[in-house]
Amino acid sequence: MKLKKNDNSSLLESLLSNNSFVSILVVVLGFLVGTILVALVGKNPANMYKAVLQALTGYNIDKGKFYVRYIGETLNYMVPFVLCGFSMAFAARSGLFNIGGEGQYIVGLTVAQVLALYFPQIPILHPIVCILGAVIVGAVWGGIVGLLKAKFEVSEVVSTIMLNYIALYLSRIICLAIPGSNTYKTPNFPKTALLTNNFFIKITNSSLLNNGIFIMIACVIIYWYIMEKTTLGFSLRATGFNKDAAKMSGINVVKSITVSMAVSGIFAALAGAIVALGSFKYGRVISSMDNYGFNGIAVALVGNNTALGTLFAGYLFGLLKNAQPLMQGLGIPKEITFIIQGLIVVFIALRAGLQLYLQFIQKKRLQKEVLSKNE
Amino acid sequence: MSSLISVIPSILMIVAPILIAAIGGMICERSGVVNIALEGLMGIGGCTAAAAHYFMEAAGFGGSSVWLALLFGSLVGLLFSVIHAVAAIDLRADQTISGTGLNLLADGVTIFASQILFNADRTKEFKMGMLTDKLGIYPTAYIALVVVLIAWFVLYKLPFGMHLRACGEHPSAADSVGINVRKIRYSAVLTSGFLAGLAGGCCILTQSIQYTAGTINGRGFIALAAVSFGRWTPLGVTGAAFLFGASQALTVVANNFSFLRQFPSEIFNIIPYFVTLVALVIFSGKNYSPAANGKAYEKGAS
Repeated sequence: MKLKKNDNSSLLESLLSNNSFVSILVVVLGFLVGTILVALVGKNPANMYKAVLQALTGYNIDKGKFYVRYIGETLNYMVPFVLCGFSMAFAARSGLFNIGGEGQYIVGLTVAQVLALYFPQIPILHPIVCILGAVIVGAVWGGIVGLLKAKFEVSEVVSTIMLNYIALYLSRIICLAIPGSNTYKTPNFPKTALLTNNFFIKITNSSLLNNGIFIMIACVIIYWYIMEKTTLGFSLRATGFNKDAAKMSGINVVKSITVSMAVSGIFAALAGAIVALGSFKYGRVISSMDNYGFNGIAVALVGNNTALGTLFAGYLFGLLKNAQPLMQGLGIPKEITFIIQGLIVVFIALRAGLQLYLQFIQKKRLQKEVLSKNE
Repeated sequence: MSSLISVIPSILMIVAPILIAAIGGMICERSGVVNIALEGLMGIGGCTAAAAHYFMEAAGFGGSSVWLALLFGSLVGLLFSVIHAVAAIDLRADQTISGTGLNLLADGVTIFASQILFNADRTKEFKMGMLTDKLGIYPTAYIALVVVLIAWFVLYKLPFGMHLRACGEHPSAADSVGINVRKIRYSAVLTSGFLAGLAGGCCILTQSIQYTAGTINGRGFIALAAVSFGRWTPLGVTGAAFLFGASQALTVVANNFSFLRQFPSEIFNIIPYFVTLVALVIFSGKNYSPAANGKAYEKGAS
């Protein structure tokens, strides 16, 4: 018997089966619960939205003035979030859970810092070499995880967490060994290494927005192209759907997984290099994680692992990060943004329940149809 | 030699919280649910314990304050693990995602609460944490020992433990002989929440005077690694936790030996992570992990 397509499925049902709609719903729910929490502790939630508005448009309601710099800062903050989101998303497309974005970000940052200090100061070539170095090391750092997973069946969740901490301490060892470094910073970078864009500085009233955003835009296009248009993307996705079936149809699963993790590593390492050369004038001796890698997980989840979705989700996270000091200034603890981000991910996990609900109502309807026919 | 013996109490101090959290994680995974939220739950337990201890100390609770603080930390840890339990067990959600969500949430909730309670991004310092005994050992070491022994006894000597392990290996077989998979997995996840909260409290009350965003600093993730490194057995997990603790204590010991002092201290920080990675590769051939670990159980489906 062939089942008829359900033409009486409700509008709600079709909305709930739409990924983008559910993502928006989840974000709204996160904000809603965050707002309630702020109100519960006796603060004014309106102040939270004032801060978000200023980070979004630059408009400060209380003063009635535009601060164009905030628009630039939000755009600058979104860059590492989007790239780390791609790092997570690319691996997820082939069925891997990459918690290692943080470590891959750190190796990228470290290599870029070292090359910025030591490579000859040739304009234009200098930052390119720094970024290429980060890309290569990031690919290796991510590729190791894929290789361990594919060859030795080492869980990528555990191995990436280990590599995150190895990267953190390795970065400290390397940066502390640079002559002239103290416990938190290296000497200043030469000007030729920076990603500074004078035009951006002029139009955004000296925000930190820099050429890194062009790299991000290129990555959005490349990600979309690889995933939707190439056989590489297809074989990665096939591996993700069903490893055994992929193997049977002649896809080299070991290669597929390793390449996938290497590309993931590249995206996160790019984020690290751009933050190092774009937002700072000196190298940082990091003592804790920057958390872009971890938040990249959330970004990819909100963005449903698609190019455009991740772009929007990354913008949202950049917006929240930029709004943090503004919130703090208005008496709202800035950690509310972390809570909202955490809630969003928890809700995304809970959305598995939504699938169960959809299955349940479909089953109910089918039962009803069968019963009514029998009468 | 004497300096080696004198370092034992500090090794025990470092090992205890990691071991307690890891045992919780082990119980959870043996029932078939992966809990990568150990890190966040430790933070929540630690923050609760630190805040509770500060208030009770100020209110004159005296010696009972630390113990009540530990209890509060454990209970709040348990409370937050309910989120993971509902998502992983009832809604059959991706367990890594819900764990990650809890970790992110914990980062925010702990410091947010501190901002509200203390107007700062950390809890206020308490005057006195836990006290050591005559041997210089903190009570947390004995707590950890008791936790390991109870876990071993329950898992291997009681019917409940056998049922729990069955749920992790083959839930549908367990179900077919009348074991309530949902109930068992719930109790396992909540136990891991309780123990992670306890571990967070133990960490704060022995190694710090307040909770900050950097207090837990990856200990929960180390515990998570200790579970797979220790191959899901109480003895193995204990050994793994000691390896981590000992190599962290090495940074302290290294200052006493000139030939070790010439290395950057970060080298010693890297050792446990590196060893785990290598161990996972070496032991990779055989699969020791519970067969149904991380997979949601759907009643009636094959």
